Amino acid sequence: MTLEEKFKELKERNEKAFIGFITAGHPSAEDTSKIALAMIKGGVDILELGLPFSDPIADGVTIQQASESSLRAGMNTDTYFDVAAGIKGVEKVCLTYYNLVLQRGLEQFVHDSESAGITGLIIPDLPVEESKPLLKACARHETDLVFIIAPTTTDKRMSKILDLASGFVYVVSLLGVTGERARLSDAVRPLIGRINELELARDRPQIPLAVGFGISTPEHVRAVCEVADGAIVGSAFIKMIEERAGPELEDRKALLTDIEAFTKSLKRETKKTR
Amino acid sequence: MLSKPDEHGKFGIFGGKFAPEVLMTTIEELEAAYITCSNDKGFRSELDSLLRTYAGRPTALYFAKNLSEMCGAKIYLKREDLVHGGAHKLNNTLGQCLLAKHMGKRRIIAETGAGQHGVATAMAAAVLGLECEIYMGTEDIERQKLNVFRMKLLGAKVNPVDSGSKTLKDAINESIRDWVTNVENTYYLIGSVVGMHPYPLMVREFQRVIGKETKVQILDAEGRLPDTIIACVGGGSNAMGIFYEFLDDDTVELIGVEAAGKGLETGEHGASICAGTEGVLHGMYSKLLQNEDGQIKQSYSFAPGLDYPGVGPELAHLAESGRVKMGSTTDEETLNAFKTLSTEEGIIPALESAHAIHYAIEEAKKKAGEQKDHLIVVNLSGRGDKDIYTVAQVLGDRREEGYV
Repeated sequence: MTLEEKFKELKERNEKAFIGFITAGHPSAEDTSKIALAMIKGGVDILELGLPFSDPIADGVTIQQASESSLRAGMNTDTYFDVAAGIKGVEKVCLTYYNLVLQRGLEQFVHDSESAGITGLIIPDLPVEESKPLLKACARHETDLVFIIAPTTTDKRMSKILDLASGFVYVVSLLGVTGERARLSDAVRPLIGRINELELARDRPQIPLAVGFGISTPEHVRAVCEVADGAIVGSAFIKMIEERAGPELEDRKALLTDIEAFTKSLKRETKKTR
Repeated sequence: MLSKPDEHGKFGIFGGKFAPEVLMTTIEELEAAYITCSNDKGFRSELDSLLRTYAGRPTALYFAKNLSEMCGAKIYLKREDLVHGGAHKLNNTLGQCLLAKHMGKRRIIAETGAGQHGVATAMAAAVLGLECEIYMGTEDIERQKLNVFRMKLLGAKVNPVDSGSKTLKDAINESIRDWVTNVENTYYLIGSVVGMHPYPLMVREFQRVIGKETKVQILDAEGRLPDTIIACVGGGSNAMGIFYEFLDDDTVELIGVEAAGKGLETGEHGASICAGTEGVLHGMYSKLLQNEDGQIKQSYSFAPGLDYPGVGPELAHLAESGRVKMGSTTDEETLNAFKTLSTEEGIIPALESAHAIHYAIEEAKKKAGEQKDHLIVVNLSGRGDKDIYTVAQVLGDRREEGYV
């Protein structure tokens, strides 16, 4: 299923998308598969699986530390695709930084993503200006390159981005890096409003909008789903893993129960709108 | 030959703007403001006046007589160590702080490795009445305590960075995160010819004064252009600063010297051009130290200003095209040059600059047999006061030298 088809299917069920992010290999590759399964049981619609980079400039301290710990534990691009391929029963997108894509080779990276069942790529340090080569490779493999729109994105840039966007658009809710925030940014509504206005003037189906950065509670998810097509939660999962992935088997079991319950509590909010 | 980036900010295949979307509008604004200011007479004369009366420009071009006699070539030193603050860094920070002021941004953030750029930023911010915060790796804070204290005295806030390798690259990551968060009121002042366009262009233009002065001074002293110009390369700002004015002068050989650290073969070095591969870091496509997957490796040099796993895109381009020749110098060789310049000329060079001095001595000896009066200019980019503890520590470990 393509990402757009997934959003369409959800819409027909009168639901919004719940998108959950975890860093692959945090705390270990084996754990990632189990955590992903718990999220799937909890009802996650799209799993955003992070391929960690040594220098993640768009991420806050939580995901930064998870990336460091994953790399220390031996995560690499080959293992990442193995882990991703083993996760089934959910739409998968890969979030990583451009250098890792570049070093594997654009064509090879997209090919390996497709083989692992990944249908979209999110590359936070690849703005629309630099995206042409990767877009070409993505087009050959029916893989979506998910673009980001931020509160500082001008209408002119927004039009350029919407021209090339496929899958969904990742709407960054605030000025800053990833990480939990107490309340939802005030920038979300006006930003979505601006995107919708531009979209109205275009003669094609509107692309789904998913909001991320600082979304960490059921209340945030509900508020986001009132205006957008999906909500993305990342750091809150990472923090839960960090805090509860103790050395004992019992800790691990409890973590998986908690992840599943947390996912359920977030997914539930996506069914309440409209 | 004079290289200019294209409209995408690329020098050949290098450079570009690989930045998070949240910064792209600001980067566009910065580029526009820079173009306006650099064409504005008022801006230029304000900057010139600061460079003259505050920074102490023009700096001397000194004929190093003793060193020349020792090596058998004519060696001149461009004395950037005499710039206020002790390094060429202030040329750039004055330019960018003035630009920030014109853009109406009151808060300056910067990264620093050795602390020289941090000190130069703190100075420029102080003199221009701007707020200043510096990001610095905890590892660097430990080895450059003196500069941390100087920054604080100059009124800057120093934010320790404890992530990753706790050095320059992580300080840059943290600065970008701050910038992303406070983009509306904050100016990010990059200290070298690295990062996303327009920084490599802008920093080179602000450092270009080094080469402009050198050209006039060497013609005045010798009546001809030098045969060779040598500069050390970390990010590449002092090298681009002195090279740029000579790019079209085909008879002038340009040599950049990277940090070979403990030896290129050990993997512990900072030689991104000599031993690196192409990739994207900190907003630019350039030569990097990285593993097969593209994870950035930790660089190493005992000269913190060269301890960076990337290099400016314009320099990567000029090296690839063959216009600039690249070499590298180990810690050990550098230490000898550090001592030689101190005892022969009474100048204690920065460890960074001592890399170029070593290379110049070797080059001079090589050329002495081939040609009479081979004329070499070395960019002495900074003074070595900041490094005396590092050097004392290294020498102190060797009892026979009697430094304990």
